[in-house]
Amino acid sequence: MRDAASQTHLPAAPGIGYKPQHFTAIMQDAGRVAWLEIHAENYMGDGGRPLAQLRHLAEKFPISVHGVGLSIGGEAPLDPDHLARLKHLMGWLNPASFSEHLAWSTHDSHFYNDLLPLPYTDASLQRICDHIDQLQDTIARPMLLENPSSYLAFAESTWSEPDFLAEIARRTGCGLLLDVNNVFVSATNLGFSPQGYIDAFALAHVGEIHLGGHDTDADEHGRPLLIDSHGREIADPVWALLDYTLARSGPRPVLVEWDNDVPDWPVLEAEAARAAAALERIPA
Amino acid sequence: MSVSQADFTRALMDAGQQVPDGLVDQHGQPAGRRFDVYRNNVAAALTEAMHTAFPVIAKLLGKQNMDGLAGLYLRQHPPASPLMMFYGEDFPAFLEGMEQLRHLGYLGDVARLELALRRAYHAADAAPIAPEVLGQLGAEALMRTRLRLAPAVQVLRSPWPVHAIWRFNTESCAPAPQPQAQDVLITRPEYDPLPQLLPPGGAAWVAAIQAGGTIGTALEAAAEDQQDFDLGATLTLLLQGGAITGLDNKG
Amino acid sequence: MSNTAKSLAVASAVAAALTAASTVPAAAATKEKCYGVSLAGQNDCAAGPGTTCAGTSTTDYQGNAWTLVDAGTCESIDLPAMADGTERKGSLEPLERDLPA
Repeated sequence: MRDAASQTHLPAAPGIGYKPQHFTAIMQDAGRVAWLEIHAENYMGDGGRPLAQLRHLAEKFPISVHGVGLSIGGEAPLDPDHLARLKHLMGWLNPASFSEHLAWSTHDSHFYNDLLPLPYTDASLQRICDHIDQLQDTIARPMLLENPSSYLAFAESTWSEPDFLAEIARRTGCGLLLDVNNVFVSATNLGFSPQGYIDAFALAHVGEIHLGGHDTDADEHGRPLLIDSHGREIADPVWALLDYTLARSGPRPVLVEWDNDVPDWPVLEAEAARAAAALERIPA
Repeated sequence: MSVSQADFTRALMDAGQQVPDGLVDQHGQPAGRRFDVYRNNVAAALTEAMHTAFPVIAKLLGKQNMDGLAGLYLRQHPPASPLMMFYGEDFPAFLEGMEQLRHLGYLGDVARLELALRRAYHAADAAPIAPEVLGQLGAEALMRTRLRLAPAVQVLRSPWPVHAIWRFNTESCAPAPQPQAQDVLITRPEYDPLPQLLPPGGAAWVAAIQAGGTIGTALEAAAEDQQDFDLGATLTLLLQGGAITGLDNKG
Repeated sequence: MSNTAKSLAVASAVAAALTAASTVPAAAATKEKCYGVSLAGQNDCAAGPGTTCAGTSTTDYQGNAWTLVDAGTCESIDLPAMADGTERKGSLEPLERDLPA
């Protein structure tokens, strides 16, 4: 079994999902934020301000590249053009980590700009492992694969999500990215225990942890339906689940994501400081 | 019951379609409204992408009209690439094809201007030449010189006052647009795209230069378009925009 | 105009442009303006705002059912057809399409 440290060179400290409006604040004083995560697709242009900012940031901070458009869970082969763009970005930036999602977003040449769900079957497992092998060969390094937020399930699934992810890691040598908010959202929406999910998760493979805020809605039966909106503070039960996770996994890089209604930098930095406190109180 | 990604996307993009059998809640019951989360994610994210990509069109039409048009557009033209920075390529033609917008004939060209600005924003970097280099060439050498323009440089010719419409909707004190044709030069000094009004004939001259012509042959093309073409004014815009990145007068 | 005269005209146009370009730095002017280009089309991995707002209206599929409501700045722009009565649309093609990328 690979050690999680071999898939990422991020520090076991708080990071923030980078937004261009925070560039000046971050370059002046990043506070407790030790590293930054960028969405790969936003840095696949030919030049201009996005790439100039990224070059500056990369001189000061470890960078994690987080893909949102590769469609690893897609039925179709990976898009060779997108693989080439990714290889180019990874080549010149040489980031500390690369991660993507257990999801799909492209079908029949159309990109739906959302992380769509898939059934957990032997057939989908094989397809995903093939795609990850191809990706890891292309970028010549191991990746981290992130657990999704779920709003529904597939009747045809034969694997539990933690077992499915563990088997992918075992077959491909990839690491895992554990999004603790996604666990809480999925557990609420599908009625399972979030602690039970963490207990079943291959924590030794976890190279990075994600946190984010969610919205609360309801299904037509009045049951809570949590939405992974990344548009507010991280909820208290998610912080508690982070403590539960870190007590079992040990220190890990912990990222705060905020993508909608993005606040001023001090609000984000305060969330990072809270993640730093969680890392500091891990029982010895 | 297995659900293919074709089944999923068909229902995803059309709320009139049934949620595929085989998508369930925790009790194995039909997913129902849970599927709407994905429908909403896709439509909301792409609608927002259209608002940020075409802020002037959104301002011209207002939020409600733009929301409705985006809802139609995203289903007729879902993104063909995972790069959201370039989404909306087909929007100008889509606007021109809407019968309900026929009386606002300028919308298509305004959308083309917004697309061009975005392309310029993401275009490859290129260092401009020192302007003095041009001044050091003799008159005959200048006529033989070819200019290399930055990848960000684009020209848009319109029978509508697109530049004035753009200014009217982005600058607080800009005058109301008057009926006239306008040609726009887009350059990118440093990192911010800059749309500027070209003098008559300027678009033909820049096009000839971009096609590899010399200053002399481009001048003939511009004179055909506009007899009293003002080369000085056009060159000024290019120099101010850091748009000339190399020259060659050997060939 | 003779070729010599043309060359001299070009040289004087270049000289004028050099002077003009050095007195008005366009780069400085752009920094004062703020239009949303810098944030256009960001990819992210967040979900939308809920289950109901967008994406579930069936009128989104019927272009002919869409109606323009009064709103926006287009109401304050009065641009009639050309003076000779011809339609403006289609009289010129955008040039950038014909150029190499």
